Amino acid sequence: MQPVISIRDLTKTYAGGFEALKAVSLDIDKGEIFGLLGPNGAGKTTMINIICGIVTKTSGTVTVNGHDNESGFRETRGCIGLVPQELPTETFETPYNVCRFSRGLFGKPPNPDHIEKVLRSLSLWDKKDTKIINLSGGMKRRVLIAKALSHEPDVLFLDEPTAGVDVELRQDLWRVVQSLRESGVTVILTTHYIEEAEQLADRVGVINHGEVIVVEEKNKLMRELGKKELVLHLADPIDAIPPGLDGYHLELGADGSELTYHYDTKSDHTGITALLSALHKTGIRFNDLQTSQSSLEEIFVGLVNKER
Amino acid sequence: MNWYSVQAIYRTEMSRMMRTVVQSIVAPVLSTSLYFVIFGAAIGSRITEIDGVSYGAFIVPGLIMLSIMTESISNSSFAIYFPKFSGTIFELLSAPVSWAEIVLGYVGAAATKSVIIGGIILGTASFFVEINVAHPAIMLLFLVLISVSFSLFGFILGVWADGWEKLTIVPILVIMPLTFLGGTFYSISMLPEFWQKLSLFNPIVYLISGFRWAFYENADVAIGLSLGMVIGFLAICLGVVWWIFKTGYRLRA
Repeated sequence: MQPVISIRDLTKTYAGGFEALKAVSLDIDKGEIFGLLGPNGAGKTTMINIICGIVTKTSGTVTVNGHDNESGFRETRGCIGLVPQELPTETFETPYNVCRFSRGLFGKPPNPDHIEKVLRSLSLWDKKDTKIINLSGGMKRRVLIAKALSHEPDVLFLDEPTAGVDVELRQDLWRVVQSLRESGVTVILTTHYIEEAEQLADRVGVINHGEVIVVEEKNKLMRELGKKELVLHLADPIDAIPPGLDGYHLELGADGSELTYHYDTKSDHTGITALLSALHKTGIRFNDLQTSQSSLEEIFVGLVNKER
Repeated sequence: MNWYSVQAIYRTEMSRMMRTVVQSIVAPVLSTSLYFVIFGAAIGSRITEIDGVSYGAFIVPGLIMLSIMTESISNSSFAIYFPKFSGTIFELLSAPVSWAEIVLGYVGAAATKSVIIGGIILGTASFFVEINVAHPAIMLLFLVLISVSFSLFGFILGVWADGWEKLTIVPILVIMPLTFLGGTFYSISMLPEFWQKLSLFNPIVYLISGFRWAFYENADVAIGLSLGMVIGFLAICLGVVWWIFKTGYRLRA
């Protein structure tokens, strides 16, 4: 399948000499939700801005739907919608007017039905004639999303769309993103809320210091880089791990009533059976146990820290 | 040509004028009326005629020029500076529009406003003095060309400015003095020879002279030279705007 966005050896060095992107190569598949993760200043927004035409690249190529984003800017920009990180809005305009403007600006003929559909999907219809200056921060965020959807884009960039918004709006946005995916729209999502990427993304890319560290299917990434742990709640607290359990690298909880065992689900032997047998031999009894898998956030933190 | 984009920008800019109708239209009409009261009545009682034209009627083309030049600069510079200031410029830069379409939208709207204001001032002036336009087509040509050129100039100013102060520095410190010294209220032939020659270095002289010729067939410089100066200024501004978008100067990082 031809990727909807293809980035090759993309570099960006700003006038001050800061190298924001270092030969980044990345493919985004059609119809997927791609989570682009990275700490502040990693290069996420620079990359998005180059693809959208807001920032000029230093070298490399970017194609969208097979068109170069400079020589074929009409084709590439026309099919992209962008929700920026900040909240820049036309203060004295109304949501309906700014959506109508955005649609026209992106070269689409007027379509009041589509504008109404977008505004309704974001719970903005009853605010359509209210001046944006009088809307709350969350509502302004919705207006930005509505603007980006006004010209029916094939690709939607959401640059930290839920930063500083309440739970209700976040869930609304997640629903909108899911419905966009169902209608075939490719969504590239950058977020600081890793659970958002965990919830929504099909694939995840991690960028740090201007370099892409990893690109992988989210579930595969969590399987491969994630670790599982088994926590045993002991019937009687212990002061130290007995010598017979040395080989299992157990962690003893602060009050001595919990033992934690880390294991790899991919390996041939998890070691759980042997551990339980060893516990029995040493006379340690437990009255409960639980397993858990490391979150995408823990994987992300691990990847970024490894780079440092 | 992406006409939907041009139309979107143009319509939004025109609706901004309607939102700020007092600032956009009433203010220039009021200031023109005041000029008539102060210059037409006070000075006109002492200078009855210039080149066979009553003083009140003589200053009309200059007043129209003064207004359309300042309004063109003000409207187009604000139109592009405000999105830069508020951050909404991202949408314009990420839209599938060429530099020519952006300019057509913004400059077209600013120039339209100026032409409307020019017409309103002409109408207002006709309440004070009798005005005859000897060459209406050439008058309209000058009005449109000067509105477009100064709107382009304002657009450049708006891109260049990185603060509100810079937006007003050029109109107040450069354009306004050059316009007042460019024959708005007098013919440069009334000046001593040295000042006459010095005035010829003021480009505004050529614009006002040409525009006034279209009214009364009186000019300080040849009409062809005036037209050439307007077209030359337009070409320079277009060249600078093209360069801005080619290099991304103060627009794209």
